Amino acid sequence: MPTIGVNKADFYKALGKEYTKEEFEELCFDFGIELDEDTSESKRPMVDGVEEAPQLKIEIPANRYDMLCFEGIAMNLNIFLGRQPMPNYTLKPPSDGQLQTVTVSKETEQIRKYFSCAILRNVKFTKERYESFIALQDKLHANLARNRTLVAIGTHDLDTIEGPFTYEALPPEQIEFAPLNSTKVMNAKQMMEHFEKDKHLSRYLHIIRDSPVYPIIYDKNRTVLSMPPIINSNHSKITLETRNVFIDITATDKTKLELTNHIIVTMFSQYCEEPFTVEPVKIVSEHNGETRETPDLTPRHTQASASFINSVCGLSESREKLCKSLERMCYKAKPSTTDEDKLEVDIPVTRADVLHEADIMEDAAVAYGFNSIPRKFTSSTSFTAASLPINKLADIIRLESAMAGWAEVMPLILCSHDENYGWLNQAPKDDAKPVVLQNPKTAEYQIVRTSLIPGLLKTVRENKRHAVPMKIFEVSDVCYQDPSKERKSRNERHFAACWYGKSSGFEQVHGLLDRVMMMLKAAFVTKEQGIEGKGTEGLGYWIEEVEDPTYLPGHAAAIYVRLAADSKAQRIGIFGILHPTVLKKFELPFPTSTLELNVEVFI
Amino acid sequence: MPGTRSAVPVPLHTNGGQRDLTEEILEAVDQSEHVATNEAFPQIPQGEIKAALDRLASRSMVEYETKDNEEVILTEEGQTIADEGSHEYQIWDAVQKAGRLSDKDLGAHPASKFGRGNAIKAKWIKKDGDGWVSLAESVTDHTRVQLQHVQQHHVMQDPKQQKDYTKRKLITTRKVITYVARKGPRWAKEMRIEVTDLTAEMIADGSWKTANFKPYNFNAKGTLGGEGAGGGTGALHPLNKVREEFRKIFFNMGFEEMPTARFVDSGFWNFDALYVPQQHPARDLQDTFYVSDPPEAGPPGPDPEFDTILASMDVDDDQDESDHPTLDPAARAKDTTSKLDYTKYYDNVRAVHQDGKFGSIGYRYPFKDDEPKRLVLRTHTTSISAYVLHRLSANPRPCRYFSIDRVFRNETVDATHLAEFHQIEGVIADYNLTLGGLQAFLKRFFRNIGVPDLKFKPAYNPYTEPSMEVFAWHEGLNKIVEIGNSGMFRPEMLLAMGLPPDLRVYGFGLSLERPTMIKYGISNIRELLGHKVDLGFIEGNPAVRLDRE
Repeated sequence: MPTIGVNKADFYKALGKEYTKEEFEELCFDFGIELDEDTSESKRPMVDGVEEAPQLKIEIPANRYDMLCFEGIAMNLNIFLGRQPMPNYTLKPPSDGQLQTVTVSKETEQIRKYFSCAILRNVKFTKERYESFIALQDKLHANLARNRTLVAIGTHDLDTIEGPFTYEALPPEQIEFAPLNSTKVMNAKQMMEHFEKDKHLSRYLHIIRDSPVYPIIYDKNRTVLSMPPIINSNHSKITLETRNVFIDITATDKTKLELTNHIIVTMFSQYCEEPFTVEPVKIVSEHNGETRETPDLTPRHTQASASFINSVCGLSESREKLCKSLERMCYKAKPSTTDEDKLEVDIPVTRADVLHEADIMEDAAVAYGFNSIPRKFTSSTSFTAASLPINKLADIIRLESAMAGWAEVMPLILCSHDENYGWLNQAPKDDAKPVVLQNPKTAEYQIVRTSLIPGLLKTVRENKRHAVPMKIFEVSDVCYQDPSKERKSRNERHFAACWYGKSSGFEQVHGLLDRVMMMLKAAFVTKEQGIEGKGTEGLGYWIEEVEDPTYLPGHAAAIYVRLAADSKAQRIGIFGILHPTVLKKFELPFPTSTLELNVEVFI
Repeated sequence: MPGTRSAVPVPLHTNGGQRDLTEEILEAVDQSEHVATNEAFPQIPQGEIKAALDRLASRSMVEYETKDNEEVILTEEGQTIADEGSHEYQIWDAVQKAGRLSDKDLGAHPASKFGRGNAIKAKWIKKDGDGWVSLAESVTDHTRVQLQHVQQHHVMQDPKQQKDYTKRKLITTRKVITYVARKGPRWAKEMRIEVTDLTAEMIADGSWKTANFKPYNFNAKGTLGGEGAGGGTGALHPLNKVREEFRKIFFNMGFEEMPTARFVDSGFWNFDALYVPQQHPARDLQDTFYVSDPPEAGPPGPDPEFDTILASMDVDDDQDESDHPTLDPAARAKDTTSKLDYTKYYDNVRAVHQDGKFGSIGYRYPFKDDEPKRLVLRTHTTSISAYVLHRLSANPRPCRYFSIDRVFRNETVDATHLAEFHQIEGVIADYNLTLGGLQAFLKRFFRNIGVPDLKFKPAYNPYTEPSMEVFAWHEGLNKIVEIGNSGMFRPEMLLAMGLPPDLRVYGFGLSLERPTMIKYGISNIRELLGHKVDLGFIEGNPAVRLDRE
């Protein structure tokens, strides 16, 4: 969630009240934002030799782009508090009626096809407003624009450039200008190399680097405004003295293009000589049918059902009262004259998070107060609980193991490839390959485990100060690739145990196996009986010496079960004394025996 | 060994049958009311005396007091003087025996340096020309006498003298512990054989009647026969113990447990089905583990195994048991599946993201069909809830589901974050559910874990609207802290599944680790989950009683 820092003194002035920390926290809580930090309580960074003024750091919900700056948070809270109405944003074309135009060339489709624009006239910047204006663009770039991949914003001093403008896409060698905060003219190719070393800008170069054409905006004299989404030109940069601001917005996502435009002009048109007015710009984009005037600040009209809102909130408010509530959340709302249940609702362009009647309903609940609505839970029927069969089975094994004197552990499911295979002298099997992670942050997490043994051995390794013998177990899932499934993988519930002590513990893990089998009503049979379907009518198990590189030769046994006298035998696991090379990899000085089996057969 | 009790009698003699010290002490105490051990047994080292006294005192046969004394002893030089006389005496003796000693000879005498001056001062010798002669026929060597007294009695009467001798390094002092023993409440002159425990043999032969039982040490701890904090018993993991408490709470409230055996899920179920837009930061590589092998998921469809498990658990409370033959779960699962159209579901999800549908204007971005196919390690078990809720559209009805299982986040690991943790998730579908009803339900739910009061904060979550963060008072931090998340699933999610509009669905979730850490004051999650957890902590962790702690 984005965190926005606002000057504390200015902010409380904007809210018309000096809040205590508790009061302000409560206001935030009720509205659904959070005071993350009040820097007046801590040491603040020095800026130009002066300690920074105290700030409130406010965390806002990720979908509230209209609260990404001081102006937006203050406006929303003031409206919520009933201190101001939602402004009416209006378009004000120049007095001669001649709009500025931007012509979009077809070539832009190859790299960044959408363009939007707006002009703010006779703006009065102060240092604070100017900084907030820049900071809002940064926040929009980082959040909504997904680091400029979806949208990029350029702002210019309109008095330094001259329309009509063009938005084109040209080979980088043909683009030449002096980038922002530099007087050196470079071509776009040189510029890209130059910005490789720039900590801030280098993050965005990949967006256009390999394209044959780069997006570029010119005025009528071929003066460059910006090369989105990388950099503006130095020529047209805005300063504290700028009065007329030309805003260009380019995008690969049309919805976010216009939204970005709306947020910028609604947040800052209040500083225009005539507050809340915006000068529209004509976009000529014939090749893709996007010719239009931007921005369109018309609120979205919709209807909301009062009975729906009341029903979900558990209220019985009149339509008039609901409208009053909604007005505190930036809407314009009035009871419908044609439908007794409906409210006519205008959603301002700032509230792009409102997608459905449900969002309007939530806002009504917020305005009413989440902690004031009646708390009554009703149920239309009775319910019967049920536990998952595999968990019931696992619980039997867990309890029996614990009763037999073993301690349960919970190692991690992600592990390195070596821990899961190489260190156990194993390699992935073709029919049981591991799930491999694409983007782990550390080598500790490369695959999803296919065995519980590495986790047990790591647990012992980290507990070497504990008295021996250590007897630990786990009943949990491993995961294998499985091409037959939708998710191309499947979990499998395993039971594993590990003995670590001065003697090998081979009989002890064997004894635990026998005990658990007994509790699962599996009868011990000989190998011959097992294969011949004799020994028991029901569930039977036996063990058989096996060679396995994880274990000391001659000291490992495979575990077989046969579900009934007439069913086929299945190998479900193995136990034995770990091979000393395995112990060395896991840094275990004492002999160790392990047991691992798939328990799903017992469901 | 602590607590070892056996029927082996305590042997009377520890020194090969010879009369031992305990017997000598008993003898001495019998004859004298107070026995000072340093006087009665001057040759025996103090340690041995104490051991013998303790043996007797533990049976209350004797009592004793301990005394710390200081005694005066001779230094090496002091011992020489006690044996051979003082330096001045030796000088006088040499002169007396020789009758006359030349100045040169006297100077060569070993005691001359310290002894000549004192012998002159004491008027024992004098200079006669270039030689020395004796002035007395016999002399009394006081120094020697006093030191011999110290040698015998370890005291000096005159403190001034003691200071002087200490300064001259003839004497020094040492600490001595001595004991004064007397008869105890259970005095007996002879030590009887003691038994430490009652045995089967004693019961059989009746010897228990006369046996002398060794008193039990009630200050020692008992034993379970093994080492470590658990004393060799088994133990369940604390986190699983807390998990079990939560499961019981769910069962008590009529919830059915969802199958969660899917660490890997597709982008479709983990994100798209939950109306998480494809550009949402939660889908970034920094937050979610993506799978490189296997490369991609198949199209969304039924999972016969899951459906069969769910069918086996479903109980239709209104079902007339006499009329309906119970279908086998696999057959019922098939029946359910046949009513579900997964292609339509996918198209609905696509449409509600890209173009808007079901009364929603949608996110209005080009929906990429590659994203639903990307395999991820599930970032929440809500992916499972989505599957179960879609299945519900085959037979929409009120129901309650829960799950508690592992989820994965591509987090940078620190004290409060691991790449894995457990999510507790509950889902309630019913008609006429209200937001206040969810608050009331959550109050009931959290009361069961001993959290009495909750506050609800409006929040943002892509798949719930309204969304509420659940806060509770934290005594230790002295402020309210977030303990869970909740909300009502969005119409965009539920209507795309084909559920009826009037069936509303609550969803709520919390991590298993967080309340456990708060309850037990654990500040580092790595002390609770993973291979670095201390086995002693697992073995020594008390039973979990969330409602009482």
